[in-house]
Amino acid sequence: MIKIPTLAALAAESKEAEILFWVGCAGSYDARAQKVSRALAQILTEVGMEFAILGNEEVCTGDPARRAGNELLFQMSALQNIQTLDAYGVKKIVTACPHCFNTLKNEYPALGGTYEVIHHTQLLQELISSGRLVLKGGGAFKGKKITYHDSCYIGRINGVYEAPREVLEALDADLVEMKRCKTKGLCCGAGGAQMWKEDEPGDKRINVERSDEALETGASIVAVNCPFCMTMMTDGIKARDKQDDVMVFDLAELIIQHNAQ
Amino acid sequence: MIQQIVFSLLTLAVFFVAGRQFWHIRNKIFLGKAEPIGGDTGKRWKHVLLVAFGQQKMFSNWIPAFFHLCIYVAFLFTQIELIEILLDGFAGVHRFFAPILGIFYTLIISTIEVLSLLAFVATLVFLVRRNLLQVPRLSKPEMKGWPALDANLILVAEILLITGIFSMNGADVLLQQLDPAHYPDTGRLLISSFTGPALFGALDTQTLVVVERFGWWLHILVVYGFLLYLPFSKHLHILLAFPNTYFASLEPRGAMENMPEVMQEVKVMMGLAPETSGSDTDELPDFGAHDVFALSRLNLLNAYTCTECGRCTAVCPANLTGKKLSPRKVMMDIRDRADEVARTIAASDGKLHPKNYDDGKSLFDYISKEEIHACTTCNACVEACPVLINPLDPILKLRRYEILTQSEGPAEWLPMFNSIENAGSAWAISDPRDQWTTAS
Ligand code: SF4
Ligand code: SF4
Repeated sequence: MIKIPTLAALAAESKEAEILFWVGCAGSYDARAQKVSRALAQILTEVGMEFAILGNEEVCTGDPARRAGNELLFQMSALQNIQTLDAYGVKKIVTACPHCFNTLKNEYPALGGTYEVIHHTQLLQELISSGRLVLKGGGAFKGKKITYHDSCYIGRINGVYEAPREVLEALDADLVEMKRCKTKGLCCGAGGAQMWKEDEPGDKRINVERSDEALETGASIVAVNCPFCMTMMTDGIKARDKQDDVMVFDLAELIIQHNAQ
Repeated sequence: MIQQIVFSLLTLAVFFVAGRQFWHIRNKIFLGKAEPIGGDTGKRWKHVLLVAFGQQKMFSNWIPAFFHLCIYVAFLFTQIELIEILLDGFAGVHRFFAPILGIFYTLIISTIEVLSLLAFVATLVFLVRRNLLQVPRLSKPEMKGWPALDANLILVAEILLITGIFSMNGADVLLQQLDPAHYPDTGRLLISSFTGPALFGALDTQTLVVVERFGWWLHILVVYGFLLYLPFSKHLHILLAFPNTYFASLEPRGAMENMPEVMQEVKVMMGLAPETSGSDTDELPDFGAHDVFALSRLNLLNAYTCTECGRCTAVCPANLTGKKLSPRKVMMDIRDRADEVARTIAASDGKLHPKNYDDGKSLFDYISKEEIHACTTCNACVEACPVLINPLDPILKLRRYEILTQSEGPAEWLPMFNSIENAGSAWAISDPRDQWTTAS
């Protein structure tokens, strides 16, 4: 159990936070993604960052609604969030969800909400390179083959390719790229509100196609940066019955594992 | 003299007809909604320079990029020769620039010859690739019929054009020695000074004159044919790539276009903005797009610029896994629908115009719901397009129409919508939102 203050609690003591941790729906409710939220919170706590969450005042950014075509619902969610964020005078936001990241960073400004938004992989890279986050331990990943899956919303859509890779390098891992990576990375199949529906009829599920590519690298760990990719890659690997040999982890979890040894 | 008159009349006629055709294309693009074109003009010109002129995006795949570049640069340089042909044709002179430019002339024509030879090889490679090799992106269902023929026709035209250039130059080299008064010295042309004697060395003067004229006319006729054909072909991209890259969005890629009309309504609902008077008596506008009129002009310019190369479809995760969605087909469908609308308007004797247009059809007769539902908004198509077309934008506009105007859409999305609306979360889970901090 970690004690994370909410902005409301801080405001009651007339305090402010250095940064707001935007948890998102998956990070709040999905059992697997909750672990990532806790891993990130643990790291931020350990480096002594003064961060806070919105807790029950956070609502869905509206990304899946907007991409499904439901602009009305998106606007309702977004305007409510902007009201909350502005009430607390939030300036800087970190999130572990690329969809929340993209919506907060690129779409809220047109609705009147402008904040400095960074993705947790960027923050982790910054913390490592500034020496604030020290990677200790005996190199749990030394020489271990790890492949990195670029999420569309962090990679191709927002151009963040290097920060997550630098984190993996700092972990001393042996990074093996998939055939399609960086600008050409293949989607896991969840974006655009696909997460909430079955694939349309076809020959293959998209997540299985991508998982096959990850398996081809021979890596024992698939590193991801997105809760949806996490679900899709885990399911895809399970579909090939490889769940005992190949694990899917978020970068924040890998750092925790590294430092635990 | 007769040649001069025939040439002049023909040229004027071709330019007139082609001009009209291009005007029609412009009108079809203007069926769409005007939209503000803001942002940094410098960035826009940079796109034109790097992406259209410099073919930057082609080079993510070197082999086709190289062969395409051969044809493209040959095309650019041949324009210089074309200017001379026009001058010669109107004035009834021969190789107007040769005496004026001297050594530079030899240089320019030699360059054109080398490029033409490269283009010739590239054209053969492309013909083989299109027709003998099974390249997946070139043999998808939407490429059957006219699109495949269109691609081949141009390649054949390219071969004819190059045949014209080398007949004309080759015969000319020999004629310069036989009749220097009428055939000004071009200097030693890099290729024709060899191929000329080799191919035509045995011919008499009379025949050589015919060969030279044949090459010259073939050259200009292919060019005119191309010009007239362009508006009906995917090759329109050689012109439209320039405006298309200029007008391409400068917004962050991940930002969907905001709908201020919806925002206003929601603000009123939430008590964030005062009610505008009389708004409830107005008919609700259609949201999103189901026909070309609700698309933007940029969407339509995109559709007419599309070269049907299929780079977008080849990287589309939905298409790769056998779904019906193909971003290229979306662009082709928009263009075909715009063509249909324009034809129907033209045939209606002024009865139909964009404001009252109704033929009982819409874009949904071309693009099925199944197709638009398959998109993951991954932006791979946007990244892949060599001329900065955005196939995702119209897909999302069609989704907006389906959800907001038709109140339809995949049933599986309803629980997500309801949950966001009622519980502020994309999943209906009754735990407090910060539950994750306590569990372990
Ligand atoms: S954005 Fe949609 S259409 Fe474009 S490549 Fe991705 S899934 Fe295919
Ligand atoms: S949209 Fe672009 S990538 Fe796709 S077929 Fe057309 S030109 Fe090629």
